[in-house]
Amino acid sequence: MSRLVVTSIGPASSVQDGGRHGAQRYGLTVSGAMDRLSLAAANTLVGNGPFAAAVEIGPFGASFTARDGAVRIAISGAPRNADVAGNPIAMDTSVILKDGETLTLGFARGGAFTYLAIEGAIKGEPVFGSLAVNARAGLGSPYPRPLQAGDEFNIDAASGASELRIELPKPVSGPIRVLLGPQDDEFDDANKALFLDSEWKISATSDRMGYRLEGPAIKHLHGHNIVSDGTVNGSIQVPGNGAPIVLMMDRGTSGGYPKIATVITADVGRLAQTSAGTAFRFKAVSMAEAQDEARKFAQLIRSLPDRLRPADTTSLNIEALSDANVAGYAVSAVDAGTWQVAAEP
Amino acid sequence: MASTLPPPRLLPSGDSAVTVEFSRTIDDDANQRVLALDKALVASPIDGITEAVPTYRSLLVHYDPGKIGFDALGEKLLALASQKLPPATKARRWRIPVAYGGEHGIDLEDVAKALNTTPDDIVARHVAGDYKVAMIGFTPGWSYLSGLDKFLHMSRRQNPRVLTPAGTISIGGVQAGIQCLAAPSGWHLLGRTPVRTYQLHRNPTFLTEPGDRVTFYAIDHKTFEELDRAAEAGEIVADQVVA
Repeated sequence: MSRLVVTSIGPASSVQDGGRHGAQRYGLTVSGAMDRLSLAAANTLVGNGPFAAAVEIGPFGASFTARDGAVRIAISGAPRNADVAGNPIAMDTSVILKDGETLTLGFARGGAFTYLAIEGAIKGEPVFGSLAVNARAGLGSPYPRPLQAGDEFNIDAASGASELRIELPKPVSGPIRVLLGPQDDEFDDANKALFLDSEWKISATSDRMGYRLEGPAIKHLHGHNIVSDGTVNGSIQVPGNGAPIVLMMDRGTSGGYPKIATVITADVGRLAQTSAGTAFRFKAVSMAEAQDEARKFAQLIRSLPDRLRPADTTSLNIEALSDANVAGYAVSAVDAGTWQVAAEP
Repeated sequence: MASTLPPPRLLPSGDSAVTVEFSRTIDDDANQRVLALDKALVASPIDGITEAVPTYRSLLVHYDPGKIGFDALGEKLLALASQKLPPATKARRWRIPVAYGGEHGIDLEDVAKALNTTPDDIVARHVAGDYKVAMIGFTPGWSYLSGLDKFLHMSRRQNPRVLTPAGTISIGGVQAGIQCLAAPSGWHLLGRTPVRTYQLHRNPTFLTEPGDRVTFYAIDHKTFEELDRAAEAGEIVADQVVA
């Protein structure tokens, strides 16, 4: 058994996984990774299930040291400078941390959350099937709170597996897509338009519970008190001051402000990775489009193992080729791993 | 009774959840229909539903759009919601001890003043209430109760407190509450209970369920300390009776 010791870490860093499902009816928040795709990518690189427990690292720097043996790790998510024992390493690539070596991560360069996955995953005592930290409820394992320097994880010794990189699709850009509702009828057309047509910035006071938005004040039709009802990740509630709050993974399970819209599942992680102060817009989409995107997003996560490539070879960047529209036929051939056969029509 | 209510509205809560709304206001009939639909989903599960969250007036149904689409799910939910309410089953009743006033209920005197009566009268009215757990939400175990004496209805505090103690027994608007964990609150704090509605390593982890009945009884502050120690050790210090 090796250990991975947290040698330095900033605030807003904690153990997270796919979250705690099934007990929202008792007021138990789901929690879990703010950017599920990046969590899944990092885990896939080291052979873990997509939603295994990993370290969610907030915007500040962090360092981790292997003790009592080697540890295989991978980092995905918000880009940052990273090195092992002074040698730069790439994001989205697995790497071995030898006994005594330190992984050093700089500040996030854009985005907020980077995921450090460890081969064999972080071990602890699950509550409702999850190790995710929910500091307010005192939940999470092995530490029911944000991480501190000196914390350590017991880790399976690194296997002899060869190193891998993962080819992720080009990040989606453009507006954050929302579905109007459930209480869009608490706003008149002018205020719905104001919400959809304005530029927004995420306030620096945002956290895992909610992202507060800076922009024009949105006015309610009938006041800001509704009878509390259920919330989801991405619910956009508008409190009395008119400044919308997007509810994130540590949200309360119910809330008493009208919710004008809901961020679509496929875009919640993108919003989570939007840095404070960066301007962005919302765009309303149809239920059909939102559900189609949700299914594609789930399929993307399921397909991550097929996107692994040996770390030491320079293979085709399929997404780049696809985007350039020069390799329509070859792309599927490479994906299927049957280049020779499929290349002959 | 159910037939006098309009069919619920289906409100999209994003692409993976739908709010089945029976009423816009706090309404006991609506809450009964919410809990009936919640039960119906346990009795006749719909493939693709991952979790249902009952609230005062609506049921939030989480689902996997990879398994069922909004329209198909909506149709099934409306069909279930239109069924006649099942005959009321015997509800569990919890008798919850409360230490009122003083350091445990810092708003008791102010509430009495605002309502032009005595703290003892407030306690008597609160204890006399026959409550129902309408929903659990916000933080683990926070039980929202219907059935508050109309005399005790008063608007929430202008300035919510950033932290109120674990076990707080409070009132806010037309609602009464049992709060489990320390949390922000804009409600009026009448007392504290040693009962943990949520305790991690206890069986059951969650004491109350939506639909349970609740009554309170007053204890002195010394008894509170004793019961609090027992509760901390994992004992359930509320009495359960079948109503």
